Amino acid sequence: MSAVLDPHGHASHDEHGDHHDHAPTGWRRWVYATNHKDIGTLYLLFSFSMLMIGGLLAMLIRAELFEPGLQLVNPELFNQLTTMHGLIMVFGAIMPGFVGFANWMVPLQIGAADMAFARMNNFSFWLLIPAALMLVLSFFMPGGAPAAGWTIYAPLTLQMGPSMDMAIFALHIMGASSIMGSINIIVTILNMRAPGMTLMKMPMFSWTWLITAYLLIAVMPVLAGAITMTLTDRHFGTTFFNPAGGGDPVMFQHIFWFFGHPEVYIMILPAFGIISQVVPAFSRKRLFGYASMVYATSSIAILSFIVWAHHMFTTGMPVTGQLFFMYATMLIAVPTAVKIFNWIATMWQGSMTFETPMLFAVGFIFVFTMGGFTGLILAMAPIDLLLQDTYYVVAHFHYVLVAGSLYAMFAGFYYWSPKWTGVMYNETRGKIHFWSSLISFNLTFFPMHFLGLAGMPRRYADYPMQFADFNMVASIGAFWFGLSQVYFFFWVVLPVLRGQGAKAPQRPWNDPDGKGAEGLEWEVPSPAPFHTFEVPPRLNATATKILDTQVSPQHH
Amino acid sequence: MKTMKSISNKLACLLLALGAISPAAHAVNSLEGGPGVRQLNLHTAVTRIAEEQAWLHWFMLITCTVIFIVVFSVMFYSIWKHRKSVGHKPANFHESVTVEVIWTIIPFLIVIGMALPATKVLVASKDTSNSELTIKATGYQWRWGYDYLKGEGEGISFLSSLDPTHREMSNSGAKGDMPDDYLLKVDNPLVVPVDRKVRIITTADDVIHSWGVPSLGVKQDAIPGFVRDTWFRSEKVGDFYGQCYELCGKEHAYMPIHVKVLSAQDYAAWVGDQQKKMAAAQDDPNKVWAMADIMARGEKVFAANCLACHGAQGQGGVGKPLAGSAIVQDADKNKQLQIVLNGKNAMPAWKGKLSDTDIAAVVTYTKNSWSNKTGQLVQPADVLAQSK
Repeated sequence: MSAVLDPHGHASHDEHGDHHDHAPTGWRRWVYATNHKDIGTLYLLFSFSMLMIGGLLAMLIRAELFEPGLQLVNPELFNQLTTMHGLIMVFGAIMPGFVGFANWMVPLQIGAADMAFARMNNFSFWLLIPAALMLVLSFFMPGGAPAAGWTIYAPLTLQMGPSMDMAIFALHIMGASSIMGSINIIVTILNMRAPGMTLMKMPMFSWTWLITAYLLIAVMPVLAGAITMTLTDRHFGTTFFNPAGGGDPVMFQHIFWFFGHPEVYIMILPAFGIISQVVPAFSRKRLFGYASMVYATSSIAILSFIVWAHHMFTTGMPVTGQLFFMYATMLIAVPTAVKIFNWIATMWQGSMTFETPMLFAVGFIFVFTMGGFTGLILAMAPIDLLLQDTYYVVAHFHYVLVAGSLYAMFAGFYYWSPKWTGVMYNETRGKIHFWSSLISFNLTFFPMHFLGLAGMPRRYADYPMQFADFNMVASIGAFWFGLSQVYFFFWVVLPVLRGQGAKAPQRPWNDPDGKGAEGLEWEVPSPAPFHTFEVPPRLNATATKILDTQVSPQHH
Repeated sequence: MKTMKSISNKLACLLLALGAISPAAHAVNSLEGGPGVRQLNLHTAVTRIAEEQAWLHWFMLITCTVIFIVVFSVMFYSIWKHRKSVGHKPANFHESVTVEVIWTIIPFLIVIGMALPATKVLVASKDTSNSELTIKATGYQWRWGYDYLKGEGEGISFLSSLDPTHREMSNSGAKGDMPDDYLLKVDNPLVVPVDRKVRIITTADDVIHSWGVPSLGVKQDAIPGFVRDTWFRSEKVGDFYGQCYELCGKEHAYMPIHVKVLSAQDYAAWVGDQQKKMAAAQDDPNKVWAMADIMARGEKVFAANCLACHGAQGQGGVGKPLAGSAIVQDADKNKQLQIVLNGKNAMPAWKGKLSDTDIAAVVTYTKNSWSNKTGQLVQPADVLAQSK
């Protein structure tokens, strides 16, 4: 009986003498869902579907780039593929994925009964479906999908067909959904913490999401403004970004990246949160430097607002502007380094075991740091002049988004899925998934550093012969990486969704002496009952344990 | 630098040995001034700025690698020693203000150490004053236009497009023996003198492009409606290659940059040559052309400027089909002339980009090619009348 795919609506009936609420069953359970766990599940399944669609586009890109020359797609379609791969992965896979984790885990971690606005929660999920359909189906519109890059720079957007308007509409809807989700998370965290769960005792994952939610509320409207101006430029005769009427295409880039750079941290801060949960659990030690982790996360969030123009070093800013953005960007290395040091200090003198969540967490720290260093190299404006818009940039952001965000989500899945589903995933298969992903990921993206240094521009459907070998290696790695994720779904995820596997204990990651995972989510049975913490629990001094014996007390 | 280069060469050999998968089928050589086969690092620098950039990159790469190794040695030592399976018992510490302050300050100092040399190079690379030759590079979909604005060669102006046979090779899958400059060969390279400060002003006609040549250490976006500039002073003669670095539509991969750096004498000779050619090519706007001559001229103009969008057989593509088009076949030749001169939707305006003679030629060509058999002959004077 799992809380994830339980045909009878709720899992806790028998064990806990739950009150007879009226949770709908069948399709209504999902369409009318107001339970944070169900909505979390919906978000995660949606995110994985989009990961597969975006991944399929990536496979087509890599297939075309397998050899020089055009074999499979023409350059128009190639541009559509790269554009849609980016949009789908960013707005469809990574962002909703972390919202799914937030929905499942934030109420459980802070001892709240549910999210603050349960119906709005439902709405913000179901808005994603039409938005995603519009994005994906834009391939079948006249002129094909948008092909102006995921950054939709003006004035190239003015040359796009009607699908550009669909994409803009989809982004508007996804933005609205994100803002609703963020409001929900902020209100939940600020108002619904169990007594004794002070902010500075709150688990790191909830902390990172609190900060992320503020970032989202700050920048999603900025994106909405930029794409609305694009829309009116396209159809209503305005010339915000059209130089023919006195508009400024560079202004679009400024506005876009004012959204876009915090967006990057929106996609990585929750990942930091997950890693900060997993590493202490498997080191059997408390997180080192909890307070400095919180401050470092906040600093990264604040700095993220003043570095946007490092995406635009080649647009030709005044030298003082370039210097400012270069210095500010390099400064981000400091709080990020503090985080890495804290994780390693957490592992230091611990008693580590390496189940799949820990493998992904260590993999994250190792590979993400490479992406961090290439980021530092790219932050140097004089070097960026050579590397801007080359495969070096592609390598860099896949190191932080795939080996960063995606690996963290894998770590989070393996860590929390016993709590979600009530069964343990197959450890051997988890390890196969990890090693296969790690090797194929590096095989795909490491050679791209060389391609970028040698000057291969990104978003090219065809390239000079000298780039052939590394492209072939990258393509082989990409197919392998793609297949690894298919394996993950069919051999790891599906079995646990179906309830196949060993029954998960309440605290799967704790030794008999209690060392291991900490936090309120481990104070409820596995699978987590449909309703948890209906009465605020009484917490111990560190807010990691419940003093009451009953999790879901009898209703009166 | 030498040792580093040999290190990266050795690395390349090693990678080659590892990569049994690497296709020996493509017998391609490194392109001097362009990309090398399995090139691992930046291009060979031929300007001071590019050398400084390469130095900075090595400096950063080495610093980052050392930090990476130190940090992860600690992590892997810990993973090795502090495992449960070797019976390690967890310690209890979880904070230390001293340690945390230290490891906040150290990265901060390292970052400052990195920023200082970067600042020096950046300031130098932005100083475009006192140039000896100024050239405007204009990005078009999908070719570059060069206008020599100031200095020796002032007044020279030409378009630079990818060799159409390379575009064909790309379409047919780049099979067989490919030239080393595949996708990098242009009809008219940008020619500049060695050891002169050349200022490149960039702008664009339609969407944003980016003009960059790695060996020269320059990359500058070309933005419609705005002018930006950059500069280089090549210390070596030779051919140097770059490509468009900003997504600019479907033919983004097909608008390379080829800079030919000549010695002072050769450059002067080239300038003289160009000026003679320009004088000779100056078409008499009042010349009345015969059909066969103007058709031959029109075919060339079409291949260089129209074919990418309208197709070799006028069958259309991004652009409207011309074969069988009502406007092309219309008895009133001014209808087509207006569109060619002033553009319409995706069709760019060609007034000022092509001479009246070229426009007359290409319009005549389209009116009398493929299924279009109008027999109409458009003279330069007709174009002139319409462009007023």
